[in-house]
Amino acid sequence: MSAGTLYDKVWELHRVAELPGGATQLFIGLHLIHEVTSPQAFSALRDLGLGVRHPERTVATVDHIVPTTSQARPFADPLAEEMLVTLERNCAEHGITLHGLGSGSQGIVHVIAPELGLTQPGMTVACGDSHTSTHGAFGAIAFGIGTSQVRDVLASQSLAMNKLKVRRIRVQGVLQSGVSAKDLILHIIRVLGVKGGVGYAYEFAGETIEALSMEERMTLCNMAIEGGARCGYVNPDATTFAYLQGRPQAPVGEAWARAVDWWRSLASGPEAVFDDEVLFDASGIAPTVTWGITPGQGIGVDETVPIAEQLHPDERPIAEEAYRYMDLQPGVPIAGVPVDVCFIGSCTNGRLSDLRAAAAVAKGRQVAPGIKAFVVPGSEQVAAEAEAEGLDAVFRAAGFEWREPGCSMCLAMNPDRLEGRQISASSSNRNFKGRQGSASGRTLLMSPAMVAAAAVAGHVVDVRELLTAPTAAGAVRPAVMDIPG
Amino acid sequence: MSSASSPPASPAPFPIGAIRLCRGQAVAVVGDDIDTDRIIPARFLKCVSFEGLAIGAFADDRAELAGDHPFDHPEHQGATILVVNRNFGCGSSREHAPQALMRWGIRALIGESYSEIFFGNCLAMGIPCLTAGHDDVLALQQAITADRAAELVLDLEALQVSLLGSPVAAGERSWPFSLAQGPHRMLVSGQWDGTGQLVAHDAELRRTAARLPYLSGFGSAAS
Repeated sequence: MSAGTLYDKVWELHRVAELPGGATQLFIGLHLIHEVTSPQAFSALRDLGLGVRHPERTVATVDHIVPTTSQARPFADPLAEEMLVTLERNCAEHGITLHGLGSGSQGIVHVIAPELGLTQPGMTVACGDSHTSTHGAFGAIAFGIGTSQVRDVLASQSLAMNKLKVRRIRVQGVLQSGVSAKDLILHIIRVLGVKGGVGYAYEFAGETIEALSMEERMTLCNMAIEGGARCGYVNPDATTFAYLQGRPQAPVGEAWARAVDWWRSLASGPEAVFDDEVLFDASGIAPTVTWGITPGQGIGVDETVPIAEQLHPDERPIAEEAYRYMDLQPGVPIAGVPVDVCFIGSCTNGRLSDLRAAAAVAKGRQVAPGIKAFVVPGSEQVAAEAEAEGLDAVFRAAGFEWREPGCSMCLAMNPDRLEGRQISASSSNRNFKGRQGSASGRTLLMSPAMVAAAAVAGHVVDVRELLTAPTAAGAVRPAVMDIPG
Repeated sequence: MSSASSPPASPAPFPIGAIRLCRGQAVAVVGDDIDTDRIIPARFLKCVSFEGLAIGAFADDRAELAGDHPFDHPEHQGATILVVNRNFGCGSSREHAPQALMRWGIRALIGESYSEIFFGNCLAMGIPCLTAGHDDVLALQQAITADRAAELVLDLEALQVSLLGSPVAAGERSWPFSLAQGPHRMLVSGQWDGTGQLVAHDAELRRTAARLPYLSGFGSAAS
């Protein structure tokens, strides 16, 4: 049984009571809500005659259903409009802050809470969305919940939870140029499997993790759930504190110093005991692309679609299903597979550094003929920052569409979706059958830079080839790169 | 034809109180890693109520199989027990998935394993997700497929599932299943709907809040 880990310490601090059924009642420090999984929870609250226990610890935004072309109200889709109106009404009725469209702080819930400084180390964070694991990047214990549990948090600022085991995933070695946190997590899930993390919290540790930026750590923790782990986290350190300092909701002055002391005290110490430990070497990881219908079906861009016989017998039935659904034959190289749609965005990879990485590839190049390529910033703040440094112009010049913030084609609860058998190169998190809005649509998950590379090539390509190759004649390149030597 | 439009005419009442015995016809949905996008595609999530979600249960899989999905087999209309394989309900946390299954008629699941969020969502709705061994699940699925009229009895106190054969099938077969102690106690005691318990612990909640420095801005109010 784990002891002395950040997970153990945060769990103990937030323990309210032991429940008759054997679960622990856990205090929730930050409750994030959005328009999809909260309306039924508010209805249930009303039916029970209960109010919101801590409206000041609950924060709302709208992300899943918003169109990314025009966000003018009312939305063209009356169902989407009804969902947003319902959220607005519920927030107004209960005194909950809503970061709405045009507020300057709207965006994907897992993008805005960190950028506002709402997400802090040592908190418990819950949200009716499985990618809540993202917030673990700060050393928070953050997990997705269902709507009945959203009701419970609204009513009591707490949840009935069972403690998880803790697996430390220790990563050493330097990621190669062109290889990102997305590739790292796709590689980890490939090795440990999509059910490997069931019953565990994942602690990501080691020199490679310590060297990651906060945005990279968010990408990593975001996809812990795709490996079956309900939460993933990174111990808070100087990188975490530097990111938080000066954010609107971060403590200031003497409170800041006290906060940093407390946050430091929560990190897993050298004496910490883990239920399990796995070691990875980052230096050999290639840009990774999924070929199948689960996030665990990933391969290096220089590899071929695996042959069923090479796989563990348990993995063969879903591999067979994936060959049929994806129309990809075992043994074919993943590089060269043609794509129709290229999507850069989502709670996994819709932050400023993601857009910069993609823009670096797009700059001076052109989206291949016949390819629909679009970029969806993760939040209004990301959009503003990207526009301030001219990334929107880079993308537009290269033939990408520059959109308004939202979840977009990650899950297709809005007008952005695949059609028919289209195949996408997507910086999102799930390649499930039908995920991107067409029952027969196909998804290849990869990093934002790899999506940009696929967009200009018209097919899956190793982004490292583009990063070393010269761009088209006449391309504007950063001045610093023109200095010889 | 719309293969995704045939919820049972008069589904059993939704779970209430202690859940000790589930009895009914069973339906098997075979495959590992069946995610909640497949259980209910995202377009059905555009709603502010769970009512009417039955129509979305496995909607895309059913359309693809054009009537040959187990949820469309005439013999399985009215089934209340769903038999699944590994990591059922992975992916999105959407409670719309178990809500769709419940509104289609499902009152209990038995399978090899479940995603944690799906399991928790079901528990909060009074729907047990029972775990059986690999070979036992395969045997159960085979038995159901061979004799679609057969009934299962899930005894949560004896932790045993029995197959009651139709008259032509021979006798009764049974297998053990497991359920973690906490959820087991919550279901058999009827304490799975825990909002009231959580709200009742307000004094304890205040004590916990008092030791969390971030709730008071790390003392900024006092300084």
